[in-house]
Amino acid sequence: MLKIKNIHARVEEKAILNGINLEVKPGEVHAIMGPNGSGKSTLASVLAGREDFEVTEGSIDFLGKNLLEMDPEDRAREGIFLAFQYPVEIPGVSTVNFMKTALNKIREYRGQDTLDAVSFLTLMKEKIKLVEIDQSLLNRSLNEGFSGGEKKRNEIFQMAMLEPKLAILDETDSGLDIDALRIVANGVNKLRSKDNATIVVTHYQRLLDYIVPDYVHVLYKGKIVKSGSKELALELEEKGYDWIKSEMEVA
Amino acid sequence: MSEVIEKQDFSKVLVDSIDLSTFKEAKGQRESALSTFENLGLPGNKSEEYKFTPITRAISKAFQSQELIQSAKGDEAALKELLLDDYKENAIVFVNGIYSKTLSKVSAESGVTVMPLKEAVAENQELASFEGSDPFEALNGALWADGIFVHVAKNTVAQMPLLIQHLHDATAAKSAVHSKVVVKLDQNASLSVVEKTDLKGDQPVFQTISENITVDENATFNYYKIQNDPGQLIQVANTTITQKKSSRTNTYTITLDGKLIRNNLNINIEGEGCESHFYGLYLTQGDTLVDNHTTVDHKQPNSFSNELYKGLMDGKSKGVFNGKIFVRPHAQKTNAFQSNRNILLSDTATVNTKPQLEIWADDVKCSHGCTTGQLDDEALFYLQSRGIPKATAKAMLLYAFVGEVIEAIEDEGIRNLVDGLVSERLHKGY
Repeated sequence: MLKIKNIHARVEEKAILNGINLEVKPGEVHAIMGPNGSGKSTLASVLAGREDFEVTEGSIDFLGKNLLEMDPEDRAREGIFLAFQYPVEIPGVSTVNFMKTALNKIREYRGQDTLDAVSFLTLMKEKIKLVEIDQSLLNRSLNEGFSGGEKKRNEIFQMAMLEPKLAILDETDSGLDIDALRIVANGVNKLRSKDNATIVVTHYQRLLDYIVPDYVHVLYKGKIVKSGSKELALELEEKGYDWIKSEMEVA
Repeated sequence: MSEVIEKQDFSKVLVDSIDLSTFKEAKGQRESALSTFENLGLPGNKSEEYKFTPITRAISKAFQSQELIQSAKGDEAALKELLLDDYKENAIVFVNGIYSKTLSKVSAESGVTVMPLKEAVAENQELASFEGSDPFEALNGALWADGIFVHVAKNTVAQMPLLIQHLHDATAAKSAVHSKVVVKLDQNASLSVVEKTDLKGDQPVFQTISENITVDENATFNYYKIQNDPGQLIQVANTTITQKKSSRTNTYTITLDGKLIRNNLNINIEGEGCESHFYGLYLTQGDTLVDNHTTVDHKQPNSFSNELYKGLMDGKSKGVFNGKIFVRPHAQKTNAFQSNRNILLSDTATVNTKPQLEIWADDVKCSHGCTTGQLDDEALFYLQSRGIPKATAKAMLLYAFVGEVIEAIEDEGIRNLVDGLVSERLHKGY
């Protein structure tokens, strides 16, 4: 589904990713872990197409297409979804109108009929249950005045509405208390299927208790320095990132 | 230095070209206004009030002094297409500044009087009197060629909004137009006025409009000014609203086009318990310059004023905002709020914004704030990352920014009219 080959990226003059290789197949959950500043969020942003980052080397193939040549909106329409670490507040645009526009633009792109108001609302009600989000929140301005937990739940709600093939969760656990974390993780788990894949970017092992990964990769100084099964996350939790750092320095 | 002399000369030449003997009505008022204009002169480039808005330079470049006094007649038939269908049952139409009997139609409502200002002035000269310190208002006071007088009697709630439309035929010749609108609302009366200018052709047009509005005790006045003139319109509007005890006003100034537009909106709060909301929206492009100077003068205690002006500037266009709030020593318990927010959509667009608060009372709540920024890239990316094309995302964000003002318009028909014009400008085809 996703083939990342030797990706180098920088922001302004600063190199952040220094040769990332990663392959994700349908049905898989990959966790990307690493200390602060290792390039985790940059990788997520590069996949979603944020313009601040310049890819200087390497390739990304998504379902047989060159992802790097696509605008962010086309990546979304092809099936990529980024759950933001810091969802943006947009006064004057309600989540409902925003989602209706987004969903219909995606459907148009895929040659499907656009949804009328009634079918849209029916779909929305179904997805609301999945992520346990208050409907009144969705009629308000997008994320404006939402708590940290409400913002993250809104991200998962949007993911449920758009049904992406590849979901990238960027530090979705940051700023969540344990109850919110469980609700968000439940939402993600219910959306998992054999046809879609998930990349979970996180600093802590905590989230991975709820969203159990098939693979864990450790990012350090812009490279994947260690890959393994979910046990690697537990080992990291126990030994801390200094373990990786010292291992790298020895090497 | 030579430029300054040239401008002073232009004021003088203009005054010398004016012959008030050609006017029949309000001779005394005209003479007094002319003498005020003579003292003030046209504002030069050192004028504090006009430092960003070179009206004098623009008119002295485009017109001979004689051409600024009286205009050529317009072709009524050719301008008919500019009429607004939804308001044709209650519309006062001026063509090149002259009241058009054929294009105007007033629906008779009991308690509402609408008549040509000349007729009203014949009975009461005071209606044309001028008090003010703006040179263009003084010029208007001397030269007004035509106008309208609207009176709403005590306890009368006018059911239909009144449209006052100024049509300019600028296809063949330059024109200069001086118009006057006088509105009086008696106790407990209520009225909505939509004032719109429309222009055809690309010859220069210079227009001064003076609106003098009195809102008596417990009356309600809603005022919608819509300016979307393509072409070469240079316009200076002076709107003075005087509010008596417990009266309410809502004003909306929506500007989408024009060459040089200057709006002076002055609200005098002369009674207790008044409420004033004034909103502005300026969406400019090309080389349009829009200058909104507003003043709210709290002269009595216990009143509330709230001002919200928002601007989107593209191309080489310029926005100017100056908001004065005066709270007189006697006006305790005043609440006065002001906010001016701007988004610049290009590197060549500019805005100059200046709040000016002068508060002499000590038990008041006043605040002001102004912001100028660009479209939020992070918000744009967020929308795009959900599959929304960049152009649509941009339109959504801009529409959300201006929506606050549009939603504040209470009258549904007028809200739809403004919403249509704004949506078209923002390419809100999503």
